[in-house]
Amino acid sequence: MSDVSVSVKNLDLNFGSVEVLKDLNLDIHHGEFLVLLGPSGCGKSTLLNCLAGLLDVSGGQIHISGKNVTWSEPKDRGIGMVFQSYALYPQMTVRGNLEFGLKNQKLPKDEIEKRVARAADILQIQELLNRKPAALSGGQRQRVAIGRALVRDVDVFLFDEPLSNLDAKLRSELRVELKRLHNQLANTMIYVTHDQIEALTLADRIAIMRGGYIQQLADPMTVYNKPSNLFVAGFIGSPAMSMIDGEIQNGGTSFSFKGHSVTLSGYEANGEVHDGKAILGVRPEHVSIESTAQAGKTLEATLDIIEPLGSNTLLWFNVDGVIISALVPSELSYKSGQTYHLGLDISKASLFDAASEQRL
Amino acid sequence: MTDATVNFDGPHGPKPKPIFSGRNIFIYGTLAIVSAYYLLPLYIMIITSLKDMDQIRGGNAFELPIGPDFEAWVKAWSSACTGLNCDGLSRGFWNSFQILVPSVVISILIASVNGYALANWPFRWSNIFFTILIFGAFIPYQVMIYPIVIILRELGLYTKLTGLVMVHSIFGMPILTLLFRNYFTSVPEELFKAARVDGAGFWGIYFKIMVPMSLPIFVVAIILQVTGIWNDFLFGVIYTKAENYPMTVQLNNIVNSVQGTKEYNVNMAATILTGLVPLVVYFISGKLFVRGIAAGAVKG
Repeated sequence: MSDVSVSVKNLDLNFGSVEVLKDLNLDIHHGEFLVLLGPSGCGKSTLLNCLAGLLDVSGGQIHISGKNVTWSEPKDRGIGMVFQSYALYPQMTVRGNLEFGLKNQKLPKDEIEKRVARAADILQIQELLNRKPAALSGGQRQRVAIGRALVRDVDVFLFDEPLSNLDAKLRSELRVELKRLHNQLANTMIYVTHDQIEALTLADRIAIMRGGYIQQLADPMTVYNKPSNLFVAGFIGSPAMSMIDGEIQNGGTSFSFKGHSVTLSGYEANGEVHDGKAILGVRPEHVSIESTAQAGKTLEATLDIIEPLGSNTLLWFNVDGVIISALVPSELSYKSGQTYHLGLDISKASLFDAASEQRL
Repeated sequence: MTDATVNFDGPHGPKPKPIFSGRNIFIYGTLAIVSAYYLLPLYIMIITSLKDMDQIRGGNAFELPIGPDFEAWVKAWSSACTGLNCDGLSRGFWNSFQILVPSVVISILIASVNGYALANWPFRWSNIFFTILIFGAFIPYQVMIYPIVIILRELGLYTKLTGLVMVHSIFGMPILTLLFRNYFTSVPEELFKAARVDGAGFWGIYFKIMVPMSLPIFVVAIILQVTGIWNDFLFGVIYTKAENYPMTVQLNNIVNSVQGTKEYNVNMAATILTGLVPLVVYFISGKLFVRGIAAGAVKG
């Protein structure tokens, strides 16, 4: 018995001549919460639909719970699925919605009742069982939709942007509930979203996708702190990472741009860093404002725009046309138009090769 | 701005207009005149059908019937003559009924499954198949009349009611399939996906998910088919023979058979009788239709 719950091998999917997924490989552990994250059209929902068996793959294999299910019907895959639009059957009551799949499986009546009662108990929707979906609020509908996956008693849950249709407050509430549900059930969950907050908060591991490829597959903190390439670095994090185009010089020890230079000592490189064109990415919280200028450590910058965010303030600096943002506590006050000394925390920054856009 | 106090001194803005304003009188007056114009023929038909021949020969079409009687109606239904047959419209009514019910049921059943399959279960050539089907709706009937005669003859169904049922079912297919396909396409795709994950198959999804959600479109299809098939004259007269003629053909024969004087009262009664079925369908299903639309609007 291996630890792998869902395994995707060399998966290809074409719509006519358009390649949507290309030679995709992915192993998901038992009980893992994996988030597929990416911008619209990156293939994340398509991958989920392939796993569910709602799309026929063009090549490759899918294994779920040790079985090759590449060509199996959705119902035979041992999966439950929750959709963005809830997709509740409007003419059935909540109970009818929960029972529908079980009746199709021809389960005995008392077993159906037991499972519905258990799901209703977990999701606290007992009072709603005799209502029609139209009489439910958005949050209640999504709970019923989760319940419909729950009653199937399966190893793998698939979520297709389940919280996108809800308002912000409800979304954060249900996010916590989902996390609790995952702790309680401990089954594999694969979750598609374009919301990085959801991804960072929920995931054990995040797979960031673009153009049908997985760009990086790692736990949230690694994805955040050590993005594997320029795309991931720019996609994850809000406010976004500042990107500085420049050049590595002096045998990989310093980074220079527009006549400024910062030393690279303290940077944890993947391998050896060679001289050449590169991009330095610094997150706003890793930019500090120093009282004195230090050669090789600080940059002279003009404060351009001040954005108060409540707990913090985001400052936009201009260094000879290069924009660098800094996140500072909101108690401190700054004046736009003035010059400050910016200190960059190189140990937490990211360096990317300008040509390959890969992390150095 | 301390001295700007607000005065709550009664309602402001334009006052609501009285019911008998010049505008209302003009609008409703026009409506009344136009509807009177359209209802006049119906009025004449009804009063004429209730008169006896003596009064009709008097020549005043607008005059109310003296001692209204339903003799003309009875005659139109049971004993008006068409050539040698003298059993009135009743036979045509039952023929039409026997044509109507199976044609409507068969065409709607097949077309709804067609539309469902085309909308939700695309197959290799489904778009080409759909295009061909739609193209069928634009081919003029006249082109098909003679080939169908031959087909029916070869099948041994020419002049039989079964043959006519078949013709009506097939001719309803393109437009009904289009109707159902478009409706089922508008049903959210995720609902269909959810049902598949829940283990429902082709027929399971059709009967348990799609059909219960589709009352409005079924009502629309029924209205289309019932009125279309009941009012059909051309196919009825071509593909059946005298004893199998539908009501419309029978009506034509009654009205056009000249034996002595024209019995206007019988003709009027026969015409109203023939038009009664679509009229009733409109009245009943119109209500259902609205209810169906309203029910469909409450999306889950």
